[in-house]
Amino acid sequence: MPGPIQSIERAAAILRLLSSGARRMSVGELARALELPKGTVHGILRTLQLVGFVEQSEDGGPYRLGAALFHIGTSYLDGNELRTRALNWSDSLAARSMESVRIGTLHEGQVLVVHHVFRPDNSSQVLEVGALLPAHATALGKVLLATDPVGLDFADPVQRFTPRTLTDPDDLTKALDEVRELGWAAEVEELVEGEVSIAAPIRDRRMVTVGAIGVSGPIERLCDADRKPKSQLVSYVREAARAISRELGALPW
Amino acid sequence: MTNTFVAAIDQGTTSSRCIVFDHGGNIVSVAQKEHRQIFPKPGWVEHDAEEIWANVLDVVHGALQKASLNVHDLAAVGITNQRETTVVWDKETGVPVHHAIVWQDTRTDALVRELGDQDRFRDKCGLPLATYFSGPKLRWLLDHVDGLRERGERGEVLFGTMDTWLIWKLTGRHVTDVTNASRTMLMNLETLDWDDELVDAIGVPKAMLPEIRSSAEVYGTATGTLEGVPVASALGDQQAALFGQTCFSAGEGKCTYGTGSFLLVNTGQKPVHSQHGLLTTVGYKIGDQPASYALEGAIAVTGALVQWFRDKVGLITSAAEIETLARTVEDNGGAYFVPAFSGLFAPHWRSDARGVIAGLTGYIDKGHLARAVLEASAWQTREVVDAMNADSGVDLTTLKVDGGMTANNLLMQFLADVLDAPVVRPIVAETTCLGAAYAAGLAVGYWSDTESLRENWHKAAEWLPTMEPKARDKGYRKWKKAVARTVDWIDEDDDE
Repeated sequence: MPGPIQSIERAAAILRLLSSGARRMSVGELARALELPKGTVHGILRTLQLVGFVEQSEDGGPYRLGAALFHIGTSYLDGNELRTRALNWSDSLAARSMESVRIGTLHEGQVLVVHHVFRPDNSSQVLEVGALLPAHATALGKVLLATDPVGLDFADPVQRFTPRTLTDPDDLTKALDEVRELGWAAEVEELVEGEVSIAAPIRDRRMVTVGAIGVSGPIERLCDADRKPKSQLVSYVREAARAISRELGALPW
Repeated sequence: MTNTFVAAIDQGTTSSRCIVFDHGGNIVSVAQKEHRQIFPKPGWVEHDAEEIWANVLDVVHGALQKASLNVHDLAAVGITNQRETTVVWDKETGVPVHHAIVWQDTRTDALVRELGDQDRFRDKCGLPLATYFSGPKLRWLLDHVDGLRERGERGEVLFGTMDTWLIWKLTGRHVTDVTNASRTMLMNLETLDWDDELVDAIGVPKAMLPEIRSSAEVYGTATGTLEGVPVASALGDQQAALFGQTCFSAGEGKCTYGTGSFLLVNTGQKPVHSQHGLLTTVGYKIGDQPASYALEGAIAVTGALVQWFRDKVGLITSAAEIETLARTVEDNGGAYFVPAFSGLFAPHWRSDARGVIAGLTGYIDKGHLARAVLEASAWQTREVVDAMNADSGVDLTTLKVDGGMTANNLLMQFLADVLDAPVVRPIVAETTCLGAAYAAGLAVGYWSDTESLRENWHKAAEWLPTMEPKARDKGYRKWKKAVARTVDWIDEDDDE
């Protein structure tokens, strides 16, 4: 195993300093406290600012912890807890939509399946709890990326699975903007040819997105002739997401 | 019919719930409220029946409100309840004369021993003499509440299990159903009526007993909050789950994982007497049709152990977190937890047993303990399945499961592993409420027959066994050794 990465250690030290003091700290103060060159500290701060982990009230001013950091710290909900609280509503969604249901959370840039309800046709299916799905090519992932404070890391190229997979950063950014606006996401043959998924966000009492719930199945059943997700299915998914959110204490909306 | 709904009231051990179902058997809304667990002494557990009644009204109201429904949208209401919990109330005022004595309560231990050999009444009522059943609890109340026996003989006070209490509160009628009555030790399994010999032997006045009815018929029409709605089913919680899992044929069975766990297998229209410590009980009776019987394996402590781990040990803050903690380690590290908190249920029936954690070493950490807590539910199920297989002569091929703990994937996988059989969860995990709703719906014609209910059953998840036979055998051997270390703990003077 490789040793610790120096820049991450230093970033962590900066965050620790900013969280311990009552007031904001300048680049100079941070550099002195850490016994590092100002240029190095400044470089790290700029990256931390970019991902929202630190904030500056004005250019050249002192730094404090960023809002994104608080979201990460508090939006954590135990996946097993989420499954337990969502059980009735994910069952209902499967029964109403007649499709398989998955609940996912974001895990190191991918979607971790924390719950899976079989398609209710008594056919042979395999439980996929614990599986990882690509975030950019699933409806669950799009919902989670669109509502995540850090969002998609465009530094790494995203994998192409089908001709329809969104891989261009501009296309993805646009798609995520659309998800934020609509309040739900769809993915049409972007992961597997002929397969479609629809998902909506699960929120907790602070209205922070803690997971996503969605259905998936063949395009013939999930989409209209014009390749658009059937509005009935979209409303089932959104109702299930709202019911679970209410269960978690989110305000009704 | 498709624009109306059926409500089920589940009066459980820790909470009361109301679930509204649609014609497809899907959940429309849920409301739930916990009630106090009153522990006057070690081994004693009581509930306040008045508090429970208030909570039931609250959750009925809440469930209707959440779905924007009113009583006119309900075709019927069904009741399912914690079984054996015993309440006696004043016929005139409706006020309980004492807290309800809960099924887990062991205060009747000495009384039960006085009544004689464990199997004394087994032929007639299908049950061994044990602290859980209502008859001896009623006898305890008659012996300990001033003047109660005289009042009971004059018919001034009424006895009931929680179904009876709720039906009486809802409709003013004093009735129980065959499944609840089959848990009193007072009912004859063949005649499905109170048995004079049993009533005399246990020593309770017949005048205070409710009328025994079927599980699915209109007992009466509700007044008050549910004004005008037919109260149309009553089933003990485990029988309701059997019904909700649509186990309508002989040989079909299920295991419900709640506070305790209960494996029931439908044995058809004849009671089967167990040679291996299982109970014979009534499964259900729909209106005038013949009753279906069941064999039951009861495990006292499964979910309750996770709750104990959460509330009394404090290593987790919610029951679901046990899985997260358990997954921090690969196995139990050699630790086995036998939660014989109030003795051992099936197939052992040892009220003198108390819990042990066996195999402790310095290596064991909290993750291993969490594993041992979960595995206890699976091993206890294995013991009951073995007994069931021995009594029926047929090996269980698949286990249908339900209840809150089925959300725990680690447990469900381990269960499939130790049973060496697939474990399946239906799409409505709330089978207890569903069963009560189904029975009520059948009674009022909301559903036409049991076949139409079967069509609503779908597999939501399946866990397949992956454990090596050698590991399974070793685990089971160790579990049995741990069980052997729980018995003979209680002494005569422990009550003093």
